[in-house]
This record gives sequence, structure tokens and C-alpha cells, in this order.
Amino acid sequence: MTTIRLKELRKSFGNFDVIKGVNLEINPCEFMVFVGPSGCGKSTLLRLISGLEDITSGTLSFDDKVVNSLTPSQRGIAMVFQSYALYPHMTVYDNMAFGLKLAKGGADEIRKRVNEAAEMLQITEYLDRLPKQLSGGQRQRVAIGRAIVRDPKVFLFDEPLSNLDAALRVATRLEIAKLHAKMHETTMIYVTHDQVEAMTLADRICVLRDGNVEQVGTPLELYEKPQSTFVAGFIGSPKMNFLTGKFAEAYKADTLGVRPEHLQIVEKAGRWQGKLLLSENLGSESYLYIDIGAQEPLVVRQDGTARHQPGEALHVSPINDNVHRFDKAGKPA
Amino acid sequence: MPALVKQTAFYALVAIIVLFSVFPFYYAIITSFKTGNSLFTISYLPTSFSLANYVSVIEAGSFTRNLLNSVIVSSLVVMLSLLIAITASFALARVRFRGRSLLLLTILSVSMFPQIAVLAGLFEVIRLLGLYNTLWGLIFSYTIFTLPFTVWVLTTFMRDLPVEIEEAAIVDGATPWVIITKVFLPLMWPAMVTTGLLAFIAAWNEFLFALTFTSSTETRTVPVIIALLTGNSAHEVPWGAIMAASVIVTVPLVVLVLIFQRKIISGLTAGGVKG
Repeated sequence: MTTIRLKELRKSFGNFDVIKGVNLEINPCEFMVFVGPSGCGKSTLLRLISGLEDITSGTLSFDDKVVNSLTPSQRGIAMVFQSYALYPHMTVYDNMAFGLKLAKGGADEIRKRVNEAAEMLQITEYLDRLPKQLSGGQRQRVAIGRAIVRDPKVFLFDEPLSNLDAALRVATRLEIAKLHAKMHETTMIYVTHDQVEAMTLADRICVLRDGNVEQVGTPLELYEKPQSTFVAGFIGSPKMNFLTGKFAEAYKADTLGVRPEHLQIVEKAGRWQGKLLLSENLGSESYLYIDIGAQEPLVVRQDGTARHQPGEALHVSPINDNVHRFDKAGKPA
Repeated sequence: MPALVKQTAFYALVAIIVLFSVFPFYYAIITSFKTGNSLFTISYLPTSFSLANYVSVIEAGSFTRNLLNSVIVSSLVVMLSLLIAITASFALARVRFRGRSLLLLTILSVSMFPQIAVLAGLFEVIRLLGLYNTLWGLIFSYTIFTLPFTVWVLTTFMRDLPVEIEEAAIVDGATPWVIITKVFLPLMWPAMVTTGLLAFIAAWNEFLFALTFTSSTETRTVPVIIALLTGNSAHEVPWGAIMAASVIVTVPLVVLVLIFQRKIISGLTAGGVKG
């Protein structure tokens, strides 16, 4: 039940400003996801909150208590690292119990908590093994278990799924979602560059760009009402189509954004027409790349398999005129 | 055909290198088993077998005491320099502070001074500290000379340990001392064993300081005692006894290397982080 407040938080490495004055409030028990392209400062922001990195200026408070100068363990955080960061020479049990032993917990209490966490993550049978005897997914679960046993006030994840293969990533994502449901008294912050992870896990998403907060909101808010072309382009897959020039002028905007799933092929008299360059069939859906004379081909998403051949002339229209208008500065018009 | 030539040349070279490095020790061993006049006849195969030299070395004078001295001095030097080096290397590898690389270079440059250059100065220091003619004087001076190497090697090794493991320990509430002893130390065994062994060998074989900083037979270490072994008259060099003593002194080193060779396992950090 911890509220985290970031006030004008800054971080510089030498002359280089990485975090440029971030103001953000993370609600109690919320699952907040920091998302953005590489180099946007999302990992640094997480490390500032964790206490692994010193804050250059600004204040960070947990429940109205300034924690700028507290160590990670004093802040009551737990963290899951991208590379698992397990202690190679310790068994799974010792890995999970290490923090508790340092905190001078009773032996029975430690055993109870480790066993509970192990059961929750289904790693009980591996408790006697060393990390090198485990697969990547199992290692990441041990890392999560190590964080759980400390019963943290704030749970931090630093791109925990990036080292896993695609199938395992989906499975572990579900585990984390379940974990959030179970640990409903814990505030969680999750860093990722994968917008699918962000959309599926988050209560709220914070999109970062060049050390600044670009937009904060629920996944659907970001999807439906992006406050800039940057957010509009970042959230959603495949990416939103951006049209400029005469295409945008028709809608009285400088930049026009249309999501591939909001476009449809029509028989005739579509808003735009062009030649089909290429189609990608995924079975359940397909993506059509149509050259309508704009800078980039227009991407259209269709249910099922595409039945059009490359070179075919097609008419395209936005469904229900579902478009996003942006002004010169990239803000909604 | 060329493959055969290559292979033959390769093994010939191996044989030469082995012969070259093993022969002196081999010759010392067979000589140590000879007595009387046969010591002065050259033969490359064992001709006689007698333990008389060993008996006389061990029984005569203070050899066992000197052997014990060597063991004490070398072991303490290893422990002391590893303890100091591991804490120093943690600071040099992991703590960001001004002048860090300068300090590292200074440490390295200390090891470049020849022993003889610092001998007089060090002698004064040892006298001043009241360590003259004690084992502590030797331990002190040997530690000074082994530290640069151990610090340098352990620093390089510690730099390669994943930062995330340290950060995970910090999040778990570990202090720097706990990180060093509970997390890094177990991962650094291969490096510790290697540097410790080299420090041991250096201390074990050291001659100049041992000769200068000790004066009584009871505080001498083995290398000095062997050099000072005398026969019944001034003109007699007791080759047999010297060879027997040399073999006794060399065997512990060989045993140590053989024991720890098994412990020098690479890939001890495997599994902790990705990969």
C-alpha cells in the first residue's frame, strides 16, 4: 500500500542528463509500466527508485517519506533483473533465503516463507539445485521468488522477460499478471521496451522519451487518446500509419494518424486508393501494404487471410472515420 | 607427409621443453640418493639408493625448525596478502572514486622496483618497527612485494564479475563486507587459488630478504639455510645434503600445485546471469 511520488527527479552522468525532471505519482498497489525506446531513461528511472543509482536532484518519496538517501533494503524494495542475477554458488533455496538471513529472520520463518514462495512459483522441486542446473525460465522464476520472499512494499522489474524465448515470454508474462493479482498490497513498477507487455500487464503506463514523461495513462487511454505522435506510434502493433501533406490537409491536420486495424478495404469510392505492394498472412489476420502515394506504404489489418494479389488496385477507408489528428508540434489537434 | 612432419616436430619440441625444465630437478633427486665419491661421477641414470643425505639433513642442526619457519612465513604471507588484496580489489574494481586508475598504476609500478633497490630502506623500516630477526619482518616485507601482483590480478578478475549480482545483493540488504565475503569470495576461488599459490611460491623461494632481515639460525628460512649448509671442513661442499634439502623443499610446492590444480575450475560463475 505504498504511494510513490517523484518530484522534479533528475539524474545526470557527468554533463549528460538522462532524467530531465520527472514528476509522477504512482498509486498504492498499482502496476505501473515504464515503456519507451532504448535510451529513453526508463531503466535509469527504475534504478533511481530502487536506490541503486543516486538521485542528482529532486525528491523521491514513499508514502510522503523522502527516501532519497536510503539504501534499497531500507526502502523496502525488491527487484527482478533482466539477467536474473542469481548467486551462482548458492542453491535455489539459499538464493531465496539470502536476503532474509541478512535481515536476521528466524530460521523457521525463513523456511516457511521460502517454501511458500517456491510453491507459488512451482519451483519447490528445484530448491536444492544450483542456478546453472536450471533453464532460463526457471532461473527467472527463482529471481522472482527471491524478490517475493522479502515481502517488499515496492516490487521492481527491469525487463524481466527480455532474455526468454517467445513462448516462455508469454507464459512468464501470465505468471507476473497472476502474481500482481495475488500480491494486491504491493506496488509494482515494470520496465519494458515491449509495448505488448506494457498493454497486457499495466494498470497504468508511463511512456518515456529522452528522459521526460511523454504521457501517463491506462493502456486504453494511451491507445485511444494518445497525446502525441510519439505515443501514438509507440502504442499499438503494427504501428499507426502517419500521413502528412494533402492526406492530412483533407482532415484539417498537419499529421494524420490511422491505426492499421481501423482501416478497411472497400469495393469502390474509398478515401484513398493505391496498389497493393505486399501482403503478410499470419493466418488469423493479415497485413496489406498499400502504396497510396504517401511517403510510406499504408498498412491495413484484415481479419483472416488476405485474398488480394500484389499489384492489385485497392480502395481503402478508415472505419467510422476513426482517425487521430495532430498539429505541427505532434500534439492532438 | 607434411602432417606427419609437423606432428613429429611438435612432439620433438614438447620433449625438448619437458627435458629442459625437468632435468635439473631430476638430477637433484638422483644426486640426493648418492653418497661418498659417487657424488662426483656424472651419471644420468640412478646408480645407487641411499637415504643417508636426508637423514643427515633432518637430524643435523635446525633444518626442521627452518622448514617450519618457511611454512609459517609463506602461509601467513598468502593469507595476509589475499585478505588485503581482495578488499583492495573490491574498491578498485567496484567503487567509483577519483584517481582510481592512477592508484592502480602506482600499485603496479611498485612491483617494478628490484628488491635490491629497496633493501637498505626496508632494512631501516624493519629495524625501526623492531621486526629485525623475527619472522614478522619477513612476513611484512614479503607481503609488500606480493601485494601489487595479487591486487592487480584480483582487480581484473573482480571487474569481470557481473554487476547485477552485486546489485542483487545490495537490494537484499548486503553491506560491502557481506558482498565481498558471501557473494564474491566464493566466485573468486579460481583467481584466489592461482594468485595465492604464486604468492606462496614467491615467499617460499625468497632469498635476499631472508638473508638480510634475519641473523640467527632459528629465524632463518629454508633457502638461506640451504645456501649456508657447510661440510666438515671449509673446503668441502656437502652436495648430497644440499640436494636432499632442495628436494625436501621442492616437494611441498609440487604437492600444492597438484592439489589446487583440480580446484582451478573455470566457469564458476556459470548460471548466475544469462547464458
